Amino acid sequence: MGISRRTAELAVAIGIFIIGIAIIGDSIHLGIGWSNNSPEPGYFPVRVGGILALASIGIAIQALLDKSPASLQEFVSWQRFRLVLAVFVPTVAYVVVMMLAGIYVSSALFIAAFMAVSRKFNWFVILTISVGSMLVVFWLFEIEFLVPLPKGPLETWLGY
Amino acid sequence: MDQVVSLLQGFGVVLSVYHLWLMLLGIMLGILVGVLPGLGGPNGVAILLPLTFTMPPTSAIIMLSCIYWGALFGGAITSILFNIPGEPSSVATTFDGYPLAQQGRAGEALTAAFSGSFVGALLGVLLITFMAPLVARFALKFGPPEFFAVYLLTFCSFIGMGREAPLKSIVAMMLGFGMAAMGMDTMSGQIRMTYGLPQLMQGIDFLIAVIGLFGIGEILLTMEEGLAFKGKAANISPKVVFQTWARLPRYWLTLIRSSIIGCWMGITPGGATAASFMGYGIAKKFSRNGDKFGTGQVEGVLAPEVAAHASGTSALLPMLALGIPGSATAAVLLGGLMIWGLEPGPLLFIEHKEFVWGLIASMYLGNVAGLIIVLSTVPLFAAILRVPFSIIAPMIIILCAIGAYTVHNSMFDVGLMLLFGVVGYFFKKLDYPLAPLVLSLVLGDKAEDAFRQTMLASKGDVTIFASNWLVGSITLLALVLLFWPLLVGIWNKLRTSRQVPAT
Amino acid sequence: MPFKSSCSSKSVSLLKGAAFGLALSSAALFTSASHADWKPTKPITFVVTGGPGGGADQMARLIQGVVSKYKLSPQPMIVVIQNGGGGGQGFMDVKGSPGDAHKIMIGLSNIYTVPLSTNLPFNWRDTTPLAVMALDEFVLWVNAKAPYKNAQEYMQAVKSKPDTFKMGGAGSKREDEVVTAMLEQATGSKFTFIPYKGGGEISTQLVGGHIDSDVNNPIEHVAHWRAGEVKPLCVFDKQRMPFKTKVTGDMSWGDIPTCRESGINAEYLMLRAIFMPKDVSKDEADFYVKLLAKVREKPEWKEFISKGAYKDDFMTGADLTKFLEEDEKRHVEIMGKANFLAKK
Repeated sequence: MGISRRTAELAVAIGIFIIGIAIIGDSIHLGIGWSNNSPEPGYFPVRVGGILALASIGIAIQALLDKSPASLQEFVSWQRFRLVLAVFVPTVAYVVVMMLAGIYVSSALFIAAFMAVSRKFNWFVILTISVGSMLVVFWLFEIEFLVPLPKGPLETWLGY
Repeated sequence: MDQVVSLLQGFGVVLSVYHLWLMLLGIMLGILVGVLPGLGGPNGVAILLPLTFTMPPTSAIIMLSCIYWGALFGGAITSILFNIPGEPSSVATTFDGYPLAQQGRAGEALTAAFSGSFVGALLGVLLITFMAPLVARFALKFGPPEFFAVYLLTFCSFIGMGREAPLKSIVAMMLGFGMAAMGMDTMSGQIRMTYGLPQLMQGIDFLIAVIGLFGIGEILLTMEEGLAFKGKAANISPKVVFQTWARLPRYWLTLIRSSIIGCWMGITPGGATAASFMGYGIAKKFSRNGDKFGTGQVEGVLAPEVAAHASGTSALLPMLALGIPGSATAAVLLGGLMIWGLEPGPLLFIEHKEFVWGLIASMYLGNVAGLIIVLSTVPLFAAILRVPFSIIAPMIIILCAIGAYTVHNSMFDVGLMLLFGVVGYFFKKLDYPLAPLVLSLVLGDKAEDAFRQTMLASKGDVTIFASNWLVGSITLLALVLLFWPLLVGIWNKLRTSRQVPAT
Repeated sequence: MPFKSSCSSKSVSLLKGAAFGLALSSAALFTSASHADWKPTKPITFVVTGGPGGGADQMARLIQGVVSKYKLSPQPMIVVIQNGGGGGQGFMDVKGSPGDAHKIMIGLSNIYTVPLSTNLPFNWRDTTPLAVMALDEFVLWVNAKAPYKNAQEYMQAVKSKPDTFKMGGAGSKREDEVVTAMLEQATGSKFTFIPYKGGGEISTQLVGGHIDSDVNNPIEHVAHWRAGEVKPLCVFDKQRMPFKTKVTGDMSWGDIPTCRESGINAEYLMLRAIFMPKDVSKDEADFYVKLLAKVREKPEWKEFISKGAYKDDFMTGADLTKFLEEDEKRHVEIMGKANFLAKK
């Protein structure tokens, strides 16, 4: 059981259609013809958007008409999809935390979470690796390379 | 002969303990940068550039060029072992590299990739050594029409009337163009497609797209199999290395062809990524095993790697002699040159002889050292596969996030990377080809600018593309390549229709 | 571990600092009309609104280098490139950080040209201008093989054949095109303007003969000039450049005639100025103004100025505001006449 391939195809096709329309929408005010002997800024984008919209309709039609056994197959089973989400959702959470607490804190938490879930390590090892690796990265980027990475309240409190 | 003397003098400059140590350090850093999916050549070199400000220019550029070198070599490692390109120029290496690894032939693939890189880079450096002034003058002949013709040629060589679903290929290409157009339009000074989001004003950097599509996307895809990497064991024993080397001469045509393509793309600013695609595309069209490309052909690994490295190396020539960077990384190096007060130009070769020839000499040494180092450190990288997945997976994601952030110092890009990851997941599963997307993204903006500049100059006259032998021949070649399968089909039909039908 | 040790020494220095601060502020209470001199307390972000390796970036890194070498600031400066949208991204960032005293920005003429030509909701008055550090000169260049001996001859040729001669410039509706427009308006001629991405590319195009002329800054063409591949016709300034050292075999920067001398009434100097966000205190702004003044005294700065043939003008305070107002007015006028202004 899972998401059928046809559903996935249609969903993506719709997404592409929307993108195509959005591109057309933005290009019109830029001018879509030629001026001054050369294409205006909107000339190529509007055609790109148009092709996208048309092609996505074509793909959608193809998907709907496709009765071959391959198309009825699963795009992905719920079981496998859950595994994918098991990585994707934490990654999204990681990025959100990064915006609030900076990259070092969020990365340490991220590694720690993964290690904890795998149930293969004790807390001491988790702490050492997650915090330790981030300290190395911190030293490398903030102090050696002078490349500022996003920081949060912890670092501000510490004087960075 | 003159150049050989200068070259030997250059070696004299380079062969100091300090410099050799810098070279080693540079190569190792470069390999690291190349392997890590987040840090591509451009932002890796950009991060390391300030480290060199305290060094004398000659030492600094030696170290930077070795970093550049190492990155070119290293990018192939994760491409082959994990299907995650460490660099945009290694995307094409995944096409046949990863299948080879899946068949247990990772050692062969890696050896082929590195050796190909070595050959390509060597030819590139030879070109710089002996033909610099000629090449520089040749590069001057390129105006907007010629540039556009080159980009057209790259597209046509890669996009054939191939096997992939045509509609999906078109969608991929168009998406790439759309993204390339986002941001500031050079030709009109207007801002396109930002939809009110200031973060989109700089457009979408192809590095972010590659990190997301191929890095995060691949991880998501792999997740379906459960929390483990499908990464294949890579046993790279000397036996495997020599066996592969013994078979390489068979592909001499591919080696030469890809080197020429690479050098060409480096000089006429196309870039290493575009060169790798072009090398792959042409090899696929013209090789005996072309049909089997994508299933694990050693030639399919050689072609893009040779081209990418030849291009990356020869891109330094227009950068030094004319101040035109042939690739994103060369652009960063150019910035470095200016900051050290060295002006690229014909006088650089005359007034700063030891600098230029020291650099060129270091390229030879760096190439050899790089090959040796990278071959011997493969077991090290393969050992990464043995690190527990729960540690390595988040670390790769973290590195991707750092890489994405450092391109433009923007959290937005990190979010964008995630979005690309989702897109990569869906596209890979639904058979939307990603390569045309990357190619359009890389070249789209430049191609559009070149076209519009040409039209401005020619007042809308399209025949300018046939107006001189250079642009005309490139355009013709492009069209021939585009319609090649069709032409071959017609040719075959004509031949068989004359044969007596065998009943 | 380095991090841990800096942490503990930080707490010690924190205590020391607190004690010292207490002593200082109590001393300050007894002096009338004194203000505690403000100093930055965290790293300073230096926003660059130009591309990596470009003019703005180079100057920012020079300033960063001098500040760190001579220890002119207790906190390091970190250069951050935000050149999206021609620099618009950096502008909006500074506009959106009122009160942030740890952020400065370098802006060139894009501070007017971008908002005027693209409707970007930004104006220099949304910032606190600190100083103009230097002014860029513009020179009219042609290929060395061209038959024109001076600017007059060239412009006569251009005037006689409108829309034929190709002028290359960086970006569209930016300073290069503004200078070209000014040149056209002053001589009644019309070029075909071809925008390119950057000055380096333009200089090779001129050498290769793909364009007829350009208006690059001196530093963008110096290598080709010395190699004898391009020649300068005139400089867009009231007076000739003050540099007398020979650059090529027989000419120095100072030997280039002004366009005025050739009968072309056009001059343009591009500012390189440092700004910071609005709503900062006078002390905070003064810190940077003093810092920048100190940078200018150093030999590295002088070398940079002479290498790039910049006009070493320093403007702050009321002079600066007056300059910005007039400069903006000029741009509005030229761009308006040339139809570069964005339609509202």
